[in-house]
Amino acid sequence: MNEPLLRGVDLRKSFGQTPALDGAGMGVAAGEVVAVMGPSGSGKSTLLHCLAGIVPPDGGTVSYGDRDLTAMSDKERSALRRSEFGFVFQFGQLVPELSCIENVALPLRLGGAKRKAAEQAAREWLARLEVDQLADKRPGEVSGGQGQRVAVARALVTRPRVVFADEPTGALDSLNGEQVMRLLTATARETGAAVVLVTHEARVAAYSDREVIVRDGRTREPVVI
Amino acid sequence: MSIGHALLGLLETGPRHGYDLKRVYDERFGQDRPLAYGQVYSTLSRLLRNGLVEERGVEAGGGPDRKRYAITDAGVTDVSSWLVTPEKPEIYLQSALYTKVVLALMSGRDAEDVLDAQRRAHLGAMRELTQRKQRGDLADQLICDHALFHLEADLRWLELTTARLADLGKEVMP
Repeated sequence: MNEPLLRGVDLRKSFGQTPALDGAGMGVAAGEVVAVMGPSGSGKSTLLHCLAGIVPPDGGTVSYGDRDLTAMSDKERSALRRSEFGFVFQFGQLVPELSCIENVALPLRLGGAKRKAAEQAAREWLARLEVDQLADKRPGEVSGGQGQRVAVARALVTRPRVVFADEPTGALDSLNGEQVMRLLTATARETGAAVVLVTHEARVAAYSDREVIVRDGRTREPVVI
Repeated sequence: MSIGHALLGLLETGPRHGYDLKRVYDERFGQDRPLAYGQVYSTLSRLLRNGLVEERGVEAGGGPDRKRYAITDAGVTDVSSWLVTPEKPEIYLQSALYTKVVLALMSGRDAEDVLDAQRRAHLGAMRELTQRKQRGDLADQLICDHALFHLEADLRWLELTTARLADLGKEVMP
């Protein structure tokens, strides 16, 4: 593995009395797709949330390049997430009142881009994700697979350096799930983005370069033979 | 499946004579294919020749086949290495993996290491198939999908077994 762009070390996090992470750690390099796998409740989503700066860990560090996410203020982390990170979740990430193109343009608009420029970039990304014909439809008018491709376009439109995908195909059938994974990983590799992919499905993880196994809040290292 | 390694693994729990080894092997792993006596003794001769087992006395009242065998340090090293060497991912999961998990538990090793090594080998094979599928035509895609779904079924078995290791450990502890 190349030098990690994003790295979590000895991460600990509890929700009340329930430990979710108990010394987990992993890194991801630029251009690398890493699958985070494990059974339900193992802590894999919490690990993603800590790495992405969404949830502050109780202990341990997250570094992004030479910056320490765990030492940043909420405002700094929020700005970093908006400018450098992209997110794809399983459900409910598109704004229902906006058209697909407006949804994809939204992160650029929030970053200060003019409407016309933002929508032009959004249209290009919809085309790369093979859903440009849906530009003017609202999320409620498209299928689950199409909506997820719009969500991937929205995650990538800012050309993030790290993409966090939490069960991105969890609500899709096999064929739609494969299309989303093919497009997500191919476009992320083209742009050199690092991808942290949380999944419990082996066929989804097979699109990654390597996997990290999480069990009982800990990441398991490979056995050296 | 490596009968030699399975016998070595059983000998880790204590010295046994050939008949006893066959009985324990058949009980644990030989559901459909019990070992032939000849195979047990020829395997033990080979293990003896290779220094992986040694003779440890003869049971009283026995005939020529009542020699007791014990695993050597070299044998323990050999079993350890075998346990964490993943099986070649095949379309159908081999009973070898079940044997490894049981023997790891019986000897107090971390059976999760065995399952983790296998998971990595399976995912590696699935990555190759996924790449081939993306390069290939529809026929390639369908052939690869068939293999991918079978490997995925193996992985589900691995996950379920991982979740049941504590219970399995209680059942197989000598």
